[in-house]
Amino acid sequence: MTDVHELALTVNGVPRTLRVPARRLLSDALRHDLGLTGTHVGCEHGVCGACTVLVDGRPVRSCLLFAVSVDGSSVTTVEGCCEPDGSLGPVQQAFWDCHGLQCGFCTPGFVTTITAYLDENPEPTAEEAREAIAGNLCRCTGYQNIVASVLRAAEIRREARV
Amino acid sequence: MKPSSFVYHRPTTIEEALDLLAEIGSDGKVLAGGQSLVPLMSMRLAAPAHLVDVNRIDGLAGIQTDVDGVRVGATARHADVEHHEAAYAAVPLLRQAVKHVAHPTIRNRGTTVGSLAHADPSGEMTAVLALLGGTVTLRRRGGERRLAAGEFFVGPLESAVGPGELAVEAFFPRSAPRSGTAWAEVSRRHGDYAVCGVGAVVTLGEDRRVGAAKVGLISVGPTPVVVDVTDAIVGQSADAVEAERAGRLVMDTVDPDADIHATAEYRRHLAGTLAARALTEAAARASERAA
Amino acid sequence: MSTRTMGEPIARREDPRLLSGQGHYLDDIGHTALAAAFVRSPHAHAQIVDIDVTDALDVDGLMAIYTHDDLPDRLAEPLPLLIPHPSLTHGRTPYALAKDEVNHVGEAIVMVVAADRYLAEDACDRIRVEYEVLPPVVGIAAAREASRLVHEDVPGNIAATMVQENGDAAAALAASPRVLELDLEVERSASTPLEGKGVYARWDPADASLRVYSSTQASTSVRAALAAKLGLPPNRVEVVAPDVGGGFGVKIVHPWPEEVLVSWAAITLSREVKWTEDRREHFVSSAHERSQVHHVRVGFDDDGHLLGLEVSFWHDNGAYTPYGIIVPIVTATQLLGPYKPAAYRVEFQSLYTNTVLVTPYRGAGRPQGCFVMERVMDAIAAELGFDRAEVRERNFIQPDEMPYDHGLIFQDGRPLIYDSGDYPATLRKLKKLVGWDEFGVYREQARAEGRRVGIGIACYVEGTGVGPYEGGWVKVETDGSVVVATGLTTQGQGHQTAFAQVAADILGVQLDRVSVVTGDTRRFGYAVGTFASRALVMSGNAIAAAARKVRDKALRIAGDALEADPRDLEIIDGVVQVRGVPTSAIPLSTVAVLSNPLRYAFDTESARATQFALPADPDKPPVPEGEQPGLEATGYYSPPRATFANGMHAVVVETDPDTAEIRIVRYCVVHDCGTLVNPRIVEGQVHGGVAQGVGGALYERMVYDDDGQLLNASFMDFLMPYSTEVPTIETDHLETPSPLNPLGIKGAGEAGVIPGMAVFASAISDAEGFPITRMPISPSELFHLRRAHEEATNR
Repeated sequence: MTDVHELALTVNGVPRTLRVPARRLLSDALRHDLGLTGTHVGCEHGVCGACTVLVDGRPVRSCLLFAVSVDGSSVTTVEGCCEPDGSLGPVQQAFWDCHGLQCGFCTPGFVTTITAYLDENPEPTAEEAREAIAGNLCRCTGYQNIVASVLRAAEIRREARV
Repeated sequence: MKPSSFVYHRPTTIEEALDLLAEIGSDGKVLAGGQSLVPLMSMRLAAPAHLVDVNRIDGLAGIQTDVDGVRVGATARHADVEHHEAAYAAVPLLRQAVKHVAHPTIRNRGTTVGSLAHADPSGEMTAVLALLGGTVTLRRRGGERRLAAGEFFVGPLESAVGPGELAVEAFFPRSAPRSGTAWAEVSRRHGDYAVCGVGAVVTLGEDRRVGAAKVGLISVGPTPVVVDVTDAIVGQSADAVEAERAGRLVMDTVDPDADIHATAEYRRHLAGTLAARALTEAAARASERAA
Repeated sequence: MSTRTMGEPIARREDPRLLSGQGHYLDDIGHTALAAAFVRSPHAHAQIVDIDVTDALDVDGLMAIYTHDDLPDRLAEPLPLLIPHPSLTHGRTPYALAKDEVNHVGEAIVMVVAADRYLAEDACDRIRVEYEVLPPVVGIAAAREASRLVHEDVPGNIAATMVQENGDAAAALAASPRVLELDLEVERSASTPLEGKGVYARWDPADASLRVYSSTQASTSVRAALAAKLGLPPNRVEVVAPDVGGGFGVKIVHPWPEEVLVSWAAITLSREVKWTEDRREHFVSSAHERSQVHHVRVGFDDDGHLLGLEVSFWHDNGAYTPYGIIVPIVTATQLLGPYKPAAYRVEFQSLYTNTVLVTPYRGAGRPQGCFVMERVMDAIAAELGFDRAEVRERNFIQPDEMPYDHGLIFQDGRPLIYDSGDYPATLRKLKKLVGWDEFGVYREQARAEGRRVGIGIACYVEGTGVGPYEGGWVKVETDGSVVVATGLTTQGQGHQTAFAQVAADILGVQLDRVSVVTGDTRRFGYAVGTFASRALVMSGNAIAAAARKVRDKALRIAGDALEADPRDLEIIDGVVQVRGVPTSAIPLSTVAVLSNPLRYAFDTESARATQFALPADPDKPPVPEGEQPGLEATGYYSPPRATFANGMHAVVVETDPDTAEIRIVRYCVVHDCGTLVNPRIVEGQVHGGVAQGVGGALYERMVYDDDGQLLNASFMDFLMPYSTEVPTIETDHLETPSPLNPLGIKGAGEAGVIPGMAVFASAISDAEGFPITRMPISPSELFHLRRAHEEATNR
């Protein structure tokens, strides 16, 4: 039963093709077929959020998607949250400034989630920031510095607009 | 945790989908949001031989609002329902409840109709459908039927969707004029399945006193439970509802199970407490709207 | 003077790479490797009758299937018992693949190797194992009752019995004016890092060498274990810990069956093999901790002074004991906290159950000990009507009593002697931070409004920096960059930054010229591991020792070159210069060149060190007697004892009178871990620990049914806190430097979690008016406790 599907999608702004079986999870396709290992797999049942990527701009769990389902879509991973020249984007810079990561395993899921969140809500309060990240698990940081990173990212984005 | 193999189909029209489903019968499943199905498949608790991905079918993703209520298409995401302003104006309980479904990221992909078809006893939207007297439209090759909640929800994780059928739309009727709604829920963590969740609809008479009141509950039985509590709060002033009796009526009606998160007794207690809270809030909202 | 970085909250140097998705965690490497998967027992206790692999043989991409029968000699023997102890009379360890019997759900029985994980799981699905199911032993009560046994040859399910005492507690209790008895319980929980375990093995047949990448906390020990198990010379085995996505203790025990088996498969198949643990596997086949039941008798006087303390407890060690009895020993000794009971006796039994094995999880037995001791202090306060902080303070070891010898043996086999700490000062800071003295008024106001609020307090002392040793290697390269290596490992503690700070400050170089490697046996071969809040104390001091040697050598060589006395030299931003004479200077890069007399130059710089370039004393050897070429040195730190950090937490909670939900209003931490190398990293560690403390108090427990099935083997039902469950954490700190090491450091890694259960029990008790004796507590449980309390008071 080797059903292999040819897919064409845009990943981090670059057109990519995939040849994968239908059951290939998007998380595995990104990591192993496209070599983008920044997206991490923490649970494979949609709870931890480490696998979160943006599909057509919206955060989704890549472990709960088959790659075939995003044929033709545009996917953004943590690698795509960098600036075009490869330097850190505002959310990543904010995490660095605020010590928002320790082991770094959950971090990519937060970066994509927060990147999309700030596009919708550029000026969150501390409470809103804490709620915005409430769907992602972190075992290392106790979240405090991640909340600070959300607010700092908003600030960096604001400064860039000025 | 990787799924078993399956044959993947991606119809682009509904007719194509219904033909496929008719052939596949019970050898396959519909893939809409996948937020419940994919983890089951990854854990190999489900291993359908065929998956019919309905996400590309034109015309299934819509949310329509009219004088009767809100129609939610099969592939409309929870997030779309949550943010739809016209739907909120027509049936505010949709937003009030759907924002308790998991987390925003899950809501970006999970579908409301899909969650109804999944029929999880802890799925908020099942109680919304039941409470509002909504229906689900099922289509198959050569036919269609529409089921009310009572017929649609058969048991825990079991809906009336049969082999070859596709749930294409859910209809949530508007409440009567001078109505207010609310949703109250207790979950262990933010976004978790509810230990107990209650939706309430309170309708006022012209005298701004409670004329009718109902609650719909999740996590207290195999399917959503609707309790008419009118007698327990009828005639009360909408701005100062004392819903304790209504709460006790609800407690006496429900028969929840225990699980690792809560005893049956605690669930029953929550049902009463949350029903009272939701009724009070719904009445206050009804009062505001009537103002 | 160079810019000092020690003590500064320097942003971490490892972050940009990790933030841009360029981390290299175990599953990110080895893309071409074959994938391993396992058939694991679905039963808690069973005999294996038959294994039928026939149907699996058809699976495309299948490479091999192995059972215990296939394992050679040493691999077929049980895995090592890492920490033997005289009291551990009945230690048992698992086989790498189950031999005839399985003793917990999740135990590995068959290993499949295939082209990818999907196919490997397909093959596993088709393997039929026939079992004769045996009745399991689940929970401490069943283990103690011992009507059934986990291991036939372990009577009473008792792996170990141990007593430690100081003074005559029984006599002290008999003579005490007041005595209280408490029964307490802590339920099982686990580390659950976001990244599970993983192993990737590469065998090079050309030189018969093995390289293994493992998501481990102890690469040097894994290497030793693998060499032993596989019959390879140790110098033909290298183990590398890549980026590791959290450990919290669960990655300290070794070798995991998978480490041994995947390595062996790589050798046998002459192919790269990789195994990445999935989440379900992690729940049922890694390790858990925390589960204990305690019985306490405490004797005290009318002023609340502890006269005698007797603690008996039963520790659930799961199906096997590869890590020995470290966890209950830590409980037994660290239970004492900052107090000095006049007499103390502790006895424990470590018991087998048919559940996942138990090895340290952050805190490693201290949270349980702290819970017990702090409930005792609250109980004494309640009995006497005293302020809870007051009772504690009366029993503190005073600063002038340091060093304080408890007369017990700690988990490192050495005497339990507290070296330093100022408990009264810590308490003063905490009371001020949380507003302890003002809380009573607030509580009354809330009560008048029908609200329930409470404040809790908990104190702990933590033995950190246990030995035997760690080592550090520092080298200045000829381009002036500095490389540092140490053998212990990293799972997010910022070692690339903190260790660099230590080396940079001692050497006088810019921080960004220093790079650090941890956990790679190719780079440093002698190490113990990262656990027990020891990394910065141990490797920090070892690296400091090495850096000092390098500095001394650099000054000697520079002194020769500058014709100056080394004592007149200083190093600023990588340049050695005569103090006060900046023109008389030589960069460290050149010193490095000069330290290695060359015959052959490979660039302009190195030409300076060749035999005709410098005037040399013809009667002296180019490399002086007893020295080595190169500007590098190795240093070790091996302390006589652990060094003791301490802290105190306070929490304000509000409980809902109707739903019994528990809301955290404020959480305050005062901690003392001696000198801080990077305060931001330390604070981050505290935050993370507090979050796990919240989890352990209010959310996290492993739930086994009577058949030994783990009912909540997923993140859906094992409730780790999200951001919305963890409060804003307010911290203050003290620094009482450790007198035991030159840098004055104490460990901080576990600090945040230790008092979690204790402080919440204290606060909820305060809010509700009845004692909390079991943790974690859920709203449903609180609801029922309220009912029981109401019924009791109404009678």
